[in-house]
Amino acid sequence: MKKQNTFIVAAAVTAAVIAAFWLLLAAPGYTGNEINMTRGVTSQSMIAYQLHMVILWICVVIGIIVFSAMFISIVLHRKSKGHQASQFTHSTKAEIVWTIIPVIILVVMAVPATKALVNMEVAPETEMTIKITGFQWRWKYEYVEDGVQFISSLKSDSNAARHRSSGTDPAAVENYLLDVDKPLVLPANTKIKFLITADDVIHSWWVPALGWKRDAIPGFINEAWTEVMEPGVYRGQCAELCGRDHGFMPIVLQVLPKAEYQAWIQQQRQGMAHEQAETERLWDRDELMELGEEVYAAQCATCHQADGRGLAPAFPALAGSQVVNGPADENIEVVLHGRKDTAMPAWEAMLSDSDIAAALTYTRNAFGNETGDLVQPQTITRIKNG
Amino acid sequence: MNHESHELAHDDHHDHKPSGFLDRWLYTTNHKDIGTLYLVFSLLMFFIGGSMAMVIRAELFMPGLQLVNPEFFNQMTTMHALIMVFGAVMPAWVGFANWMIPMMIGAPDMALPRMNNWSFWILPFAFTMLLSTLFMDSGGPAAGWTLYPPLSLQGGQSFAFVVFAVHMMGISSIMGSINVIATILNMRAPGMTLLKMPLFVWTWLITAFLLIAVMPVLAGAVTMLLTDHFFGTSFFNAAGGGDPVMFQHIFWFFGHPEVYIMILPAFGVVSEIIPTFSRKPLFGYTAMVYATASIAFLSFIVWAHHMFTVGMPLTGELFFMYATMLIAVPTGVKVFNWVSTMWKGSMTFETPMLFAIAFVVLFTIGGLSGLMLAMAASDLQYHDTYFVVAHFHYVLVPGSIFALMAGAYYWLPKWTGHMYSEKWGKIHFWISAISVNILFFPQHYLGLAGMPRRIPDYSTQFADFNMISSIGGFIFGASQLIFVGVIVHCVFKSRQTASGRVWEGAKGLEWTLSSPPPYHSFNTPPVIDSTTIAHVEGAH
Repeated sequence: MKKQNTFIVAAAVTAAVIAAFWLLLAAPGYTGNEINMTRGVTSQSMIAYQLHMVILWICVVIGIIVFSAMFISIVLHRKSKGHQASQFTHSTKAEIVWTIIPVIILVVMAVPATKALVNMEVAPETEMTIKITGFQWRWKYEYVEDGVQFISSLKSDSNAARHRSSGTDPAAVENYLLDVDKPLVLPANTKIKFLITADDVIHSWWVPALGWKRDAIPGFINEAWTEVMEPGVYRGQCAELCGRDHGFMPIVLQVLPKAEYQAWIQQQRQGMAHEQAETERLWDRDELMELGEEVYAAQCATCHQADGRGLAPAFPALAGSQVVNGPADENIEVVLHGRKDTAMPAWEAMLSDSDIAAALTYTRNAFGNETGDLVQPQTITRIKNG
Repeated sequence: MNHESHELAHDDHHDHKPSGFLDRWLYTTNHKDIGTLYLVFSLLMFFIGGSMAMVIRAELFMPGLQLVNPEFFNQMTTMHALIMVFGAVMPAWVGFANWMIPMMIGAPDMALPRMNNWSFWILPFAFTMLLSTLFMDSGGPAAGWTLYPPLSLQGGQSFAFVVFAVHMMGISSIMGSINVIATILNMRAPGMTLLKMPLFVWTWLITAFLLIAVMPVLAGAVTMLLTDHFFGTSFFNAAGGGDPVMFQHIFWFFGHPEVYIMILPAFGVVSEIIPTFSRKPLFGYTAMVYATASIAFLSFIVWAHHMFTVGMPLTGELFFMYATMLIAVPTGVKVFNWVSTMWKGSMTFETPMLFAIAFVVLFTIGGLSGLMLAMAASDLQYHDTYFVVAHFHYVLVPGSIFALMAGAYYWLPKWTGHMYSEKWGKIHFWISAISVNILFFPQHYLGLAGMPRRIPDYSTQFADFNMISSIGGFIFGASQLIFVGVIVHCVFKSRQTASGRVWEGAKGLEWTLSSPPPYHSFNTPPVIDSTTIAHVEGAH
């Protein structure tokens, strides 16, 4: 009777384990979940994928051999079946065999592993350069040859939905947490060099479809390269813990055919010229307040909150703040250069002069603050240039 | 074979424990009492660290933030790791060392009993201080247990408490290690030569040297963080001429040996348990000793495989890749030897054996994913994803922690003099073994599909496997309450007394003593002969 119970329990457990694994492996097929590394769209991602598959299968085969030997032993060599224990204690021959064979497998593995690494890391002659700077918690992209630059942040619908009290179902947001306001636009079939760095803490720039990630480290400039074969939209996110909003600084890559890219970059250059002109003219109060509200919602509200009341103790209130209600120059100074040892970043490099001026005007005249003064983009330019 | 009966007779009358509660526990210099303190403390920390894991898995149950804010989530991941590594796994192994090493080598106690007391009693203060940061204005540490600057330097005033707590844990570990080394090298019974020692003693001897080598390195690293944060130095601040990557090199020079510190004693325990329940000597004892030593040596030259994405020169990446791959060789030798020990044995499957077998299988899975991570070219994809999280949890949870549980069930009857409930032990095992796989196996898929680690919220494409993983996590967490129940029952309620040898196939000096053993294990050195000791390779 007791034996029978043990058998039933063992059979039930085995069935449960098999069912669990079947569910795990079959679920992706039914639900569209990815369970393997992407093949990606670059030569590097193919290299990483192929090496991954080779070593995965080697591991599976080793696992099957070892576990089978163990399983056979567990079935056959049990006391309940009356198996008598042998008393052998060692075999130098066996030890040598199972030291040498793994060494051979590893040496054989080292060849493709070395080739793969060399092919991924040694950059060919590149045709253009993008500088990537990580900030808490957004990315800045600079097209070095074209003089175009912009900040790329989490898209507003994701940003609104991600808060605990948002009441929005993430499933209702398209590409929840993996969409940005301005994607990094790149030409297809072009060898591109990346210069990757950071302004505050260490970040890591990762788009799985490219096949690699590279740390963005303040004070260092890391190089990486890519050549994307197929136009399309590719998504990734920061991979190195970088503080509170580490999970909320996605990367979106929009790869265009070369001609379309040329048109896009021309447009951007004109945009930059237009922005320059905008910085030089005088703005009226409504213009500043309107843009300021937009900039505040996109950039400032995550910490200082939409109502300007902050989030004690880390994020001070702007409503009624002495700095915000004090002299404009000091307020500008804080926004441009940040506050050391706090979460307040230096916005100087991240936002345009117009954006900064508008945000300042807005905060100085909203949430019950009534300084009444306007901060002009010109003023920001003047202070920045010392 | 029954040597225990006359041994027990002449040890019994030395059994005089201090009677008062404080005398017994606070002032104790007895290796068994200190061992018990360590084990109870680590079990408490296991539940505190585990409840943080429950918070993490609950938040990750569905996309969107439901329970905690990102700041607090980061504090949970950081604290969970610090508590589990320094508060649960390491002190638990020191507890085993305290209890078992004197009994296994035929000594009356540890070599340095007063230091032993001190090294334990530092710990409750260190962890009270560490945990108290959660209630401070600036919150607990939130930069990950790796404490990478500049992020860790953004922490508030509470960071000083974290650093001091780490210093105290380091002092405790170093003193514990000195004690282990002094005991093993000086207090073995005559005839207990080094190559007759149980493997658990060997693995601890090597672990103790690793600890002495690397804990000061960690202390140095966190001290530099402290001065960078509070005294204006720039060790790791690029703007002041420092180097943030240097911290990672120093940290992982400590950190990689640290992971072997947590696993080598596990190898030792499993190497004691499998022969007992296979009723067959350990296969390849000498090879096991050398494999352990090789793993310890290699652990010092692989640290930068944690840093393949920082932008190292190609030659550096190649070196660390090759060195890391090499670790597979001695690790493989160990697994093959365990399987060969079982081969043609006469096995029974009591709870300790079940945990030991699960250890071998699941640790091997963790080891194989480690081999995959060694491939630098693919690691540029794996790095900092849930694939890594799955890997190190496989070697730590069904690795180290299953070995701890195997050891606890194995020696509990020896320690208490009572048998635990085999039925409930087996229930605990099966629920744990199944749920731990539901918890961690899907995390491989999440990582490969592109989910980074240490994020409080994720894109909807990762929802299904996170939910499965969380369900596994809740079951695993809850099933550990059974473990506590079994222990409490065994210590206070169990009526079934244990014999001296407890297990039919058990060999080794500890089984020649009564259960529970006398307060001062061996007052006269035991006579070592090949029938009582566990390992007698070559004696045929």
